[in-house]
Amino acid sequence: MNLLLLILLPLVTAVAVLLMRNAKQVKAVALAGSAAQFVLAFVLLFGYYKERATGNTAQMLFEQQYNWFPSWNISFHLGVDGISVAMILLTAFVVIAGVLVSWNVTKMTKEFYFLLILLSLGAYGFFISLDLFILFFFLEIAVIPKYLLIGIWGSGKKEYAANKLALMLMAGSALVLVGLLGIYFSTDAHSFDLMQLSQLNIPIQTQMICFPLLFVGFGVFTALFPFHTWVPDGHSAAPTAGSMFLAGISMKLGGYGCLRVATYIMPEGAKEYATIIIVLSVIAILYGAFATMMQKDLKYINAYSSVSHCGFVLLGIGMLTKTSMTGAVMQMVSHGLMTALFFAVIGMIYERTHTRQVSEMGGLLKRMPFIITVLFIVGLCSLGLPGLSGFVAEMTVFMGSWQHPDTFRRVATILACLSIVVTAVYILRAVTKTAMGPLTAGFEELKDASWNEKLAALILIAGIIAIGVAPFWLNDLVSPGAEVIMQKLSR
Amino acid sequence: MRVRPMLNATYIALIPLLPLAGFLMLGIFGRKYFKNTSGIIGTTLLLVSTVLALYTAYGYFFEYGKVEGIYQKLVPLKYTWLQFSEGVSIDMGIILDPISAMMLVVVTFISLMVHIYSLGYMKGDERFPVYYAFLGLFTFSMLGLVVSSNIFQIYIFWELVGVSSFLLIGYYYDKPSAVAACKKAFIVTRFADVGFLIGILILSFHSGTLDFNTLIATLTSPETAGYKSAAAASFIGVSALTWGLALVFIGGAGKSAMFPLHIWLPDAMEGPTPVSALIHAATMVVAGVFLVARLFPVFAISSPNALTMVGYVGAISALIAALIACTQTDIKRVLAYSTMSQIGYMMFALGVSKYGGEDGLGYTASMFHLFTHAMFKALLFLGAGAVIHYIHSNEMKDMGGLRKYLPITHITFLIACLAIAGVPPFAGFFSKEEILLAAYQNNPSIYWIALITSGLTAFYMFRLYFNIFWNKEAHVHKKVLPNPNAPAPSLLERAGGEAKGEGGFAMMMPLILLAVGAAVAGFIPFGHFVSSDGKRLETAFHLQFSIAPVALGLAGIFIAMWMYKTENDKPDKFAASLSGLYKAAYHKFYIDEIYLFITQKIIFNLIGRPAAWIDKNVVDGLVNATGNGTKDISEIIKGVQSGKVQQYAIYFLVGIIGLALLFIYWWT
Repeated sequence: MNLLLLILLPLVTAVAVLLMRNAKQVKAVALAGSAAQFVLAFVLLFGYYKERATGNTAQMLFEQQYNWFPSWNISFHLGVDGISVAMILLTAFVVIAGVLVSWNVTKMTKEFYFLLILLSLGAYGFFISLDLFILFFFLEIAVIPKYLLIGIWGSGKKEYAANKLALMLMAGSALVLVGLLGIYFSTDAHSFDLMQLSQLNIPIQTQMICFPLLFVGFGVFTALFPFHTWVPDGHSAAPTAGSMFLAGISMKLGGYGCLRVATYIMPEGAKEYATIIIVLSVIAILYGAFATMMQKDLKYINAYSSVSHCGFVLLGIGMLTKTSMTGAVMQMVSHGLMTALFFAVIGMIYERTHTRQVSEMGGLLKRMPFIITVLFIVGLCSLGLPGLSGFVAEMTVFMGSWQHPDTFRRVATILACLSIVVTAVYILRAVTKTAMGPLTAGFEELKDASWNEKLAALILIAGIIAIGVAPFWLNDLVSPGAEVIMQKLSR
Repeated sequence: MRVRPMLNATYIALIPLLPLAGFLMLGIFGRKYFKNTSGIIGTTLLLVSTVLALYTAYGYFFEYGKVEGIYQKLVPLKYTWLQFSEGVSIDMGIILDPISAMMLVVVTFISLMVHIYSLGYMKGDERFPVYYAFLGLFTFSMLGLVVSSNIFQIYIFWELVGVSSFLLIGYYYDKPSAVAACKKAFIVTRFADVGFLIGILILSFHSGTLDFNTLIATLTSPETAGYKSAAAASFIGVSALTWGLALVFIGGAGKSAMFPLHIWLPDAMEGPTPVSALIHAATMVVAGVFLVARLFPVFAISSPNALTMVGYVGAISALIAALIACTQTDIKRVLAYSTMSQIGYMMFALGVSKYGGEDGLGYTASMFHLFTHAMFKALLFLGAGAVIHYIHSNEMKDMGGLRKYLPITHITFLIACLAIAGVPPFAGFFSKEEILLAAYQNNPSIYWIALITSGLTAFYMFRLYFNIFWNKEAHVHKKVLPNPNAPAPSLLERAGGEAKGEGGFAMMMPLILLAVGAAVAGFIPFGHFVSSDGKRLETAFHLQFSIAPVALGLAGIFIAMWMYKTENDKPDKFAASLSGLYKAAYHKFYIDEIYLFITQKIIFNLIGRPAAWIDKNVVDGLVNATGNGTKDISEIIKGVQSGKVQQYAIYFLVGIIGLALLFIYWWT
């Protein structure tokens, strides 16, 4: 399969969206485009399986390389391994669901869909780039649309949130770029090529400076404590699809970068800073969970819980075992699907009740059985119920973390384990208050989900259940990628 | 032609999968297509499961299970579900050994009874399909739990029974008390499950496997590397092995409502009564006992300390629950505390047992009691359901003289009371005798606690019995009491009339079948089938030993009769004379209040609130300060604050180029 398709398809869709005359056409094109992306992601998955089945053991498949900026040794180098395929699948799921739930956007529909598709372009490009310069380029493409999505279609303190998000993510990007340049100039190869860099031994002094730059830079995206404060404000101000893309895709760009770029090419740095990463991620997990417990707005609840859940991604990376890193990637996929669904369902509730305050809702199960069933499923996924994706990912991280016999990592793992109780507390408080109890007065006439909302929810639930019930396929997809990183680490 | 049962994994797998199919079918399509037929569908599927379970158990016990006189642990099915690392994987499998074969029968049979009973009890409920879907989910999870061949598999199904229990407790979802109860049940057991999870991590780390058979084999043979590392590693003077087992036991104690993690069980009575019979009496709550029994060789051989802890926790729970049960007035709560007390018996029976041969009596007794208890406790709950269905109240004060109006319920309830009180020749007598004997031989202090408890058991059960069926004569039942706690508030109105006595055939048949079980199950020579090491265990009957518990039991019954058979003021006087103890027991020894204090005052106010405050003011404050600082500086420098992204992008670009130049300068 030609990986350029993953960039060209969103590009063509985006252009087509701009050429459409009315909102109806725009939506049709966007839906067709995202459906095509969805299909393409599965074509990629099965193509990947087929290549592996025929005995192709190359680290990266479907590689392509074009000279782009020869004097700087920058090339347009693409390729995927199992980890990237998993992330691309996630993106495709979130994109189609996001397009579907935005069906009722009336304000500047064309621009809205254009930005959504543009964001997906950035994400696909990011996940298939093997040259760090173009990887950075796509990272930026994925940041800009978010500023506009929040600033124009957002609600509440949208200007503040948009500025904060854009500036914090820009600051993160700046750190990434500085780190990349540091690596570029410190080796004789003067290369941005990931494959080439992974073969080199980057000087230890460079790693000591550039690893934290890259890790923190990418970490800002994935809510690394204490750089997570854009998350609650950004999510709660964003329109529904914006929140879904933000949490489902953008936060995963960071986790992927931490693993694929920072940890992979600078293993010495990773080992050196592992302790700090673990401490910060455990803080994020527990502190995020406790902070969630005190939130009253559904979007804030999911945003803070994302801080806690993304902590597992960073914990898995920081533990530096094959199992824990596999768990980290699984958690990214799982959290991406789950949190996108959570925001989608919050959006559906908000559209009907015009409130997101938990205290102002009750007994909604009676009026909207479908939406509330989805809320239950996503809540149970969030608190790690077996059969849904969250459980598999968290347990893999725990098992991987426990492989270290030292007391520090043991304590960290136990503390992280404790979060499953706190998660249960805040999820059940929010879900039971919203769904159960007597029906709040004034909500007697509310309608259940429409076709597009049902379809969006079912797509994401299918993903969550596919991982939760049969995790082996995701594990088999991801763990060889983690194995490669592990080999580099133990060299 | 006689059919010889064969060991075939396919049909064993169907036992749990059929209820799952029922759950999916009714859960997804029930509301639309099976509004009225869902009960029949669920019950039929479960009937097939029950037949298959009986067939499996028959085949295991009588045909292929025994090799050279020892029951084997067969694993007819194993499928790698999630591979963590070399040798460590979660497998979905089926283990067949005496306890899993027995549990398959118990779970399917009780579940079938509850399915049939609910056809009558839940008739007319608007969420009928959902109810049967949830029952199917629970039955699937519980069956998956008992056949688990992998410790992580059992954890998975453990969580699934937890969520089914949550969904069913909260079935009457518009009732705030039911919502509070389901949350409490889930969170308390979740807390205990963290212990279980960490226990799994510890045990699997040392044994290098998650597979039960390998794990038990490794951790019970001192020459293996896994055993050595688990015994050598220690934390505050306790070996990793003991820590692992103790933590796993905490998980079991949470699910089995052992002191002090029992607080969720009485509240769980908010669920429909048949659900209480199935989940909170006969099956799910014994999962903790089952878990300890599953790991019993490791407990008994490698860590007697952990086992002793199991024994004391069980004994204390048995006594405390019996004391509280004597004072409660809600009949379902009395039964809930009684359940906790009886599970305490099973737990300490394991705790006083040893591994192998005659010394393994406690193990056999525990499993025997689990079996008989499932019968008579399900019967008690279903009987209580029939009473509540009729009188529309859970409170004893609203009842009395019902023997004339509910004759079948009365007789079956009486049989169950005699069985739980340990009166020969009913089922409870035999299993309890074995437990007491095992305790007497191994741990005298636990024996004395158990003996006192058995007297209390007889007393509170007959207090319940006389209050419902005797005492003040029938005058209350005629008016339907407006009670907000009645389980199905609009049931009667919708049926369109007065309470008409006994429920229909669907409700009576399970009562009668279970009553037969409660009456005769004691004659099963249980030791022949279930023993700690799989060998045949002869359990002798000791007349001289039985005298004390039976006498105490009868004394309890007579005191209850004297106090409650007719309406009088003896109970109040008695309560007044014991004021302190009575009050404490009535208030459940204030354990709920202690928890409330810890969660509300400490966790919420001292951790949650500060965390949220710090995030808003300190961490975010710094970010805002940085932002504002930058703004101020830029205002000083540029005098403009346009807010345009394009400009920000330029600043950004300039900054990057500057840094890039710096780096170029640095390294070249």
